[in-house]
Amino acid sequence: MEFFVINVLNGLSFGLLLFMLSAGLTLIFSMMGVLNFAHASFYMLGAYFGYVVNHVLGFWLALLLAPLLCGLLGALFERWSLRRVYAGGHVPELLLTFGLSYLVLEGVQIVWGRSVVAFTLPESLKGPVVTLVSEPNHHLSVFGRWQDPALWQALCDSSRQSAEALSQCSPFPMNRLFIMLCALMMMALLWGVLNFTRLGLIIKAALTQPQMVEALGHDVPSVFMLVFGLGTALAGLAGVIGGSTFITEPAMAASVGSVTFVVVVVGGMGSLVGAFLASILIGMIQTFAVAIDTTLVKILLQLHIQLGDSWLHNPVLNLTLTQIAPILPYLLLVLVLIFKPNGLLGKKP
Amino acid sequence: MSALSRSRVWNAGGVWIVFAAVLLVMPQLFSSNFGLTILCQIGIVIVSCVSFHLLLGEGGMLSFGHAVYTGMGGYFAIHALNAWGKGEHYIPVSLLPLVGGLGSLCLAFFLGFVSTRQSGTTFAMITLGTSELIASMALMFSDFFGGEAGLTANRVTGHAVLGITFGPQIEVYYLIAVYCFVCVLLMYLFTKTPLGIMLNAVRDNPMRVGFIGYNTLRIRWFAFMISGFFAGVAGGLAALNFELVNSEVVGPVRSGAYILFTFLGGIKAFFGPIIGAVLLVLTNNVFSSLTKAWLLYLGLIFYISVMYLPGGLASVVVRHLEAVKTMARLQGIGGGAGGAAQTAFGKIVKSYLLLLLTLLPLMAGVSLIIEMLYQLQLGDSISSDFYFAGDAVDPQNPWVWILGLIFSGLCTLLFNRARLYTQQAWSDFDEIVKSHQSALEVLQEAWDGVQHKAEDEFVPEFVHESADKSTHQPTHQPTINGGQS
Amino acid sequence: MKYFNPRTVLLAAVCLLNLSAFAQKGETVKIAWIDPLTGLMAPVGSNGLKSFKFVAEEFNKSNVAGVKFEVIGMDNKLSPAESVNDVTASVDQGIHYVVQGNGSAVAGAIIESVNKNNERNPGKEVLFLNYAAVDPDFTNSKCSYWHFRFDADTSMKIEALTTFMKDQKDIKKVFLLNQDYSHGHQVAKYAKDNLAIKRPDIQIVGEDYHPLAKVRDFTPYIAKIKASGADSVITGNWGSDLALLIKAANEGGFTGKFYTYYVSTTGTPTAIGTSGEGKIFQVSNGHYNMGGKMQSMMAEYKKRSGDDLYIPAIAHIFNALTLAMSKAQSTNPVKVAAQLHGLHFDSVNGALEMRRLDHQLQQPLYITVWQKADKKSPYSPENTGMTLAVVKSFESYVSSTPTTCDMKTP
Repeated sequence: MEFFVINVLNGLSFGLLLFMLSAGLTLIFSMMGVLNFAHASFYMLGAYFGYVVNHVLGFWLALLLAPLLCGLLGALFERWSLRRVYAGGHVPELLLTFGLSYLVLEGVQIVWGRSVVAFTLPESLKGPVVTLVSEPNHHLSVFGRWQDPALWQALCDSSRQSAEALSQCSPFPMNRLFIMLCALMMMALLWGVLNFTRLGLIIKAALTQPQMVEALGHDVPSVFMLVFGLGTALAGLAGVIGGSTFITEPAMAASVGSVTFVVVVVGGMGSLVGAFLASILIGMIQTFAVAIDTTLVKILLQLHIQLGDSWLHNPVLNLTLTQIAPILPYLLLVLVLIFKPNGLLGKKP
Repeated sequence: MSALSRSRVWNAGGVWIVFAAVLLVMPQLFSSNFGLTILCQIGIVIVSCVSFHLLLGEGGMLSFGHAVYTGMGGYFAIHALNAWGKGEHYIPVSLLPLVGGLGSLCLAFFLGFVSTRQSGTTFAMITLGTSELIASMALMFSDFFGGEAGLTANRVTGHAVLGITFGPQIEVYYLIAVYCFVCVLLMYLFTKTPLGIMLNAVRDNPMRVGFIGYNTLRIRWFAFMISGFFAGVAGGLAALNFELVNSEVVGPVRSGAYILFTFLGGIKAFFGPIIGAVLLVLTNNVFSSLTKAWLLYLGLIFYISVMYLPGGLASVVVRHLEAVKTMARLQGIGGGAGGAAQTAFGKIVKSYLLLLLTLLPLMAGVSLIIEMLYQLQLGDSISSDFYFAGDAVDPQNPWVWILGLIFSGLCTLLFNRARLYTQQAWSDFDEIVKSHQSALEVLQEAWDGVQHKAEDEFVPEFVHESADKSTHQPTHQPTINGGQS
Repeated sequence: MKYFNPRTVLLAAVCLLNLSAFAQKGETVKIAWIDPLTGLMAPVGSNGLKSFKFVAEEFNKSNVAGVKFEVIGMDNKLSPAESVNDVTASVDQGIHYVVQGNGSAVAGAIIESVNKNNERNPGKEVLFLNYAAVDPDFTNSKCSYWHFRFDADTSMKIEALTTFMKDQKDIKKVFLLNQDYSHGHQVAKYAKDNLAIKRPDIQIVGEDYHPLAKVRDFTPYIAKIKASGADSVITGNWGSDLALLIKAANEGGFTGKFYTYYVSTTGTPTAIGTSGEGKIFQVSNGHYNMGGKMQSMMAEYKKRSGDDLYIPAIAHIFNALTLAMSKAQSTNPVKVAAQLHGLHFDSVNGALEMRRLDHQLQQPLYITVWQKADKKSPYSPENTGMTLAVVKSFESYVSSTPTTCDMKTP
């Protein structure tokens, strides 16, 4: 029971981290039609800036300053480079961001070296926030961080228990809860700004009718710059959190880059809610695929389908779900694009 | 550039003879083993890049997964080679690349059906997804893909026809040269066929093509399959050359390299990707061993060229060729037009010299700073000796940095002046051409009349109408078709 | 007649013999180092090249063959095709010795390329000295006369590891988590086979594979390991895969032990930090506190480069090469290969033998544990304050494994 709960929580937190990453990308794409190939690079920059600020001013200021720095860089990039290639259409825009990703990667390596840097979470975010204990009588108890640890230590110490009376203890880490809270707060803030402020109104109007908005006297190029900066700032925020929770190294951009695109496309290009749903879906799928131990052969056998010998030993059919877990997002992408070309919640252009 | 002026530039047959001659002569110039390997790789990558150009330059379809088709071609080919080695079937080894091509054609048939139903950015995303999918599968299904180590084979197998065993590298080179020439020729001819020209139309205005009654989806799908076929041939050649394929041949890094270098070479002219292919192989093998900062330089060059040279290096070549042709024609008009044009062109050449004069020290200064940065941060030598252009330089000395930065700053200012001067020289030249525009147009129509006769049977009228009369500015901007088709 | 005085003739003969005895003296031997300097394994490769150049310098000061070494680094970008190019380039540049270690796919390609080169181009032979590619195939089904392996392969490492685990009574349930490629599959296979023989009572409660260098979040895997009730995990993971696994284990409350190969690889000590203290074991042909020549080289290397020298195989290569060259009295690769074939030599971890049968070096192995640096084991990698302290050392014969190699000697 506790296994299921902990996996749901893990899936949610991973999905929300993905959402933090892809929200910025969706925003930029829906506003400007530019698919920012360098989005994962800003994620990486956020982590490295966070590392530097953390060293000097502490984690919480890093959480504030690093995204701002990323946003600033993004806005500058838009102003000086991206603006020049709008006239050329979407291909040069994509290629420019593609080139930017190479430059950021090399730049990061020049400044901070090729190896891992030690960017860790502060003490207040370490350790579990709740510990789920599943006792042998199937009773599930939840112990909070604020309670006396002695309450569950005895239950969790496997050396003091017999094999039959073993309880399963699963701590849910504080940093995962932090990720979830940050993501939800960010989403609320974004939704609030877009729907309830004047700036949000202008941004939404500039999406569909940029010329008209310009005719009304608004500085549309500045709005675009602001939106791009906002998108990259969101990536930077995800970077600070991701870099400290996982690992900060030059390869981190490449590791999240493609999944982010999958989320944006599956959710529907340009739909924030779609990106939210898609990221939760992918987070859950990946987590549970790892957790469930089964192969196609086992499933077929359970369905009482008779299999010939060569089928039983076919290496493809004997791949475990855990092994193919990493390619499930891409399979999902291909399937969604075949049946729902605009993504789950995308709008027809 | 319209199809007509393009054919003028290519001057029926002459360029192809030169191309064939170059392919034949190169191994005499670079006869070391390493040189031969490089030439072989260039030949292979030319076919890959030109097949990619069919998608991007001719069809406006930006594919992030082109390496899938070249790589899978290699896998099919190496399985075939292994099967032939065991004596199971007998077909000459020289036909091996065709096996790769046919395999990729089938793959493109299925995957293309799924991908080409979308256009624009969505198409790019699908190709990205399928490329990641296949790259991941390459490590999982080790029966077909040979796992991380890949598959090896021996190309010295079967009967040796005319004593050619393909053991020595030079024999492989000539095989690759033949395939390269034939494939590039076929792809060029493809762009002249009705399908090829409709592909251009789909790139520029898919909605209009739909209204006329052509099926844009089918056109894109066919083009995708043809591009896949040639990509597979390239993959088969690579399998023959290296006698090894592994999971990196279908990887996203390779797809990225194709995109980068084809764009750098130029996607608005047919020979652009050939330049790009040469650059790709040289960068990966030669430049990367010259300096550790090669990725940074590559990124910078690519970045700058996307902003300022959207047509790539080919567009530079084309622009100059066009200028020379216009000058020749202006001479024909007479009345001092030719002379004026010549002096203007002379001014341009002078400005290039100035540009070079300021560019070289600028590059030296910038690369000194970059190399020192790399030495300090990422040096792999235990001693602190650092050599730049043969002289020992101490990167720890702050004066070197200060002087280097000041020097680079000065050079940037000078370079900017030279650049503005060049711009001025070109606009002067363009002014002169514009002032004689009407006379040139008369000349052009006379020339067109001759061409029209030959091409009327193939090309529908509306393509003629949309051909821009201007002889300088390329009119076709490859855009990813944004509209739903 | 006095010119043919027997004494003079004898003296002349002795002088001539002395001269030819040191025919290789003063020669410069070029070694091509083919490994990644950019990309995923760049930090590992960078440190590896620096280490090679440093050890070469040390041996250039004095060595029994009197030769000078020059190490030329070639970036293969972890690509087998690129490595084949580099081997060709080396042959063109007259380099006869190639070293490589990162990536078994690359090593396999190099072996094939070297075999074909030596067969097709006599007079331009190349020897391949493998310092870290541990795929057992290279000394079994793919063995080659021109290939020499200086690290212990996977079968040997698992042999030593399971011999250690045999005596650990608290190990009852083992989970095998590995990267989904040949190396990971081999670690799992040998672990299962060995444990079945040595401790049949140990239950293998799980065997999983994850994609190479793609997973950021290992918490689902940790949850699965915990649910299986395992008290130990055997993993061949390296790089970020190992570091993130340990981090996730810490967070996920997994209190069991990890038996690994690659804690000491560049970057991993920093990433692991103080987590997993006392719980992470490593099997390797070296450790941070070996004393003697290795320790002094490590100290000097740290002082000059700020990085850690953790690959004893490099010292093995130079020790073996210099001895072989002085015995062959030549730097010609064919003659040196004949000497290396079955060579007994001394190196930083004792008396070693390059087994004649399959060119697999037989050497002592160590089981070490990740713990705080103390007086007995003071050396700390990457300024982490932690070290790998020896728990058990095994003589060469313990890890020696049989071979199916059918080597064709020229």
